[in-house]
Amino acid sequence: MDASSPSLLSLMSFSQDGWGARFIEGLVVTVQVSVTAYAVSLIFGLLGASAKLSPYKSLRVIADGYTTLVRALPELLLLLLVFYSGADAIKFLLSFLGDDYADIEIDPFAAAVGALGFIGGAYMTEVMRGAIQSIPPGQIEAAKACGMSPLLRVRRIILPQMLRFALPGMSNLWLNATKDSSLISVLGSFQDILFMGYRAASTTKHYSFFYSMTALFFLALTLVSMAVIRLLEARVNRGYK
Amino acid sequence: MDESIAFFLSIFPRLLAAVPLTLALTAISGVVGNALAVPVALARLSPNPFLWIPSAIYILLMRGTPLLVQTYLIYYGLGEVLPGSFIQQTFLWEYLKDGFWYAVFAFSLNTAGYTGEILRGAMSAVPKGEIEAAKAYGMSKWLILWRVTLPRAIQICLPAMSGETILLLKATSLASLITVWDVMGTARQIQKESYRIYEPLLAAGVIYIVTVFILTRLLNFVERRINQHRAAPVSA
Repeated sequence: MDASSPSLLSLMSFSQDGWGARFIEGLVVTVQVSVTAYAVSLIFGLLGASAKLSPYKSLRVIADGYTTLVRALPELLLLLLVFYSGADAIKFLLSFLGDDYADIEIDPFAAAVGALGFIGGAYMTEVMRGAIQSIPPGQIEAAKACGMSPLLRVRRIILPQMLRFALPGMSNLWLNATKDSSLISVLGSFQDILFMGYRAASTTKHYSFFYSMTALFFLALTLVSMAVIRLLEARVNRGYK
Repeated sequence: MDESIAFFLSIFPRLLAAVPLTLALTAISGVVGNALAVPVALARLSPNPFLWIPSAIYILLMRGTPLLVQTYLIYYGLGEVLPGSFIQQTFLWEYLKDGFWYAVFAFSLNTAGYTGEILRGAMSAVPKGEIEAAKAYGMSKWLILWRVTLPRAIQICLPAMSGETILLLKATSLASLITVWDVMGTARQIQKESYRIYEPLLAAGVIYIVTVFILTRLLNFVERRINQHRAAPVSA
């Protein structure tokens, strides 16, 4: 590197117009998208697991179809499909409610997060189904015998114990959510870390440097997540071992 | 609606023509990646810090960053370094103009990280007695690895490895973002030409589902064959 050209690290500066500052902005977007998509996947997961364990065959068939299809399709394809068709599907459904809803605008953030959450939900369904099934049936019977209502059983017996069994799977899915969120850069309307990396690399032509930086930002996110997961695991497993 | 269905059906031949490319990406990356996973797992289990620390960092890097970032890093990063280097004068250059080999390179390295971690777990789960028995027979370290540890470890982690293979097949769709015309890439190309959003994606989806289904069946068959002796008795 000769003295006249700015050093690579100065390109990554965190001052106003350095790429470092924009990477931080990208990190914020990535975290926002991952957290929201993960929350959505929890909802799909709970619904899916309840459907899979329900006594109604129709619900079980729908849930099985959902997990089988989503897990057989590439994430990129599903993201594009749900991102574009999800908004249309919601508009179509809303159009039955009246013409007022016909030209409603679906926020791209909501569409992308909904799509990622829908995908993650299929994997979450399996994690939660497994966790619910690992609770000894005797405990649920005992709760019934004590006269607890179904909701009280969920709150007092199922949820607290399920968390212990579900946490390893849920942690993996969180790590996947942060990594899968990088796919939204393909949609072009989100400035996540990968999008910033892409722009920095193509503007400055320092491809290896900026993609390495992008990888480092994701790695930092993974490492912080892993540290938090370790704390959570210690917490839900208190009283065991 | 009829016209949409007609279009949907009409693009299948073109998408099916891209299936061999998707399968080639999966097969080559799978074989190379799984082969590389063996040294990664061995290094990870070694007591020598010059071996296990690099291996642990490698696994962390591969599993801790998105595959798409790794693919871009290799495609654009090597694209920055290779032109003008001696590689340009060699026969390799012919191959390196295309995104395909960069995708294979990225997917193989990634698979090596994931499978390496799986294999590490399986290798430490091989019963100690079997390795002691092999030692008692006077087998050398490498012979034990080749005849006992590795075959047993592969048996143990076969279900996890076939799961990884399915994930790899799906992940090859990322190659479409570095100008490889696999099934996904062809679907996106048709999207651009025809200004239709859904039909190409849905048709590609059908193809992926069928391919995943067939591959799953195939892997289950291999699993049963390899673990034949451990199959549950027909009537318990």
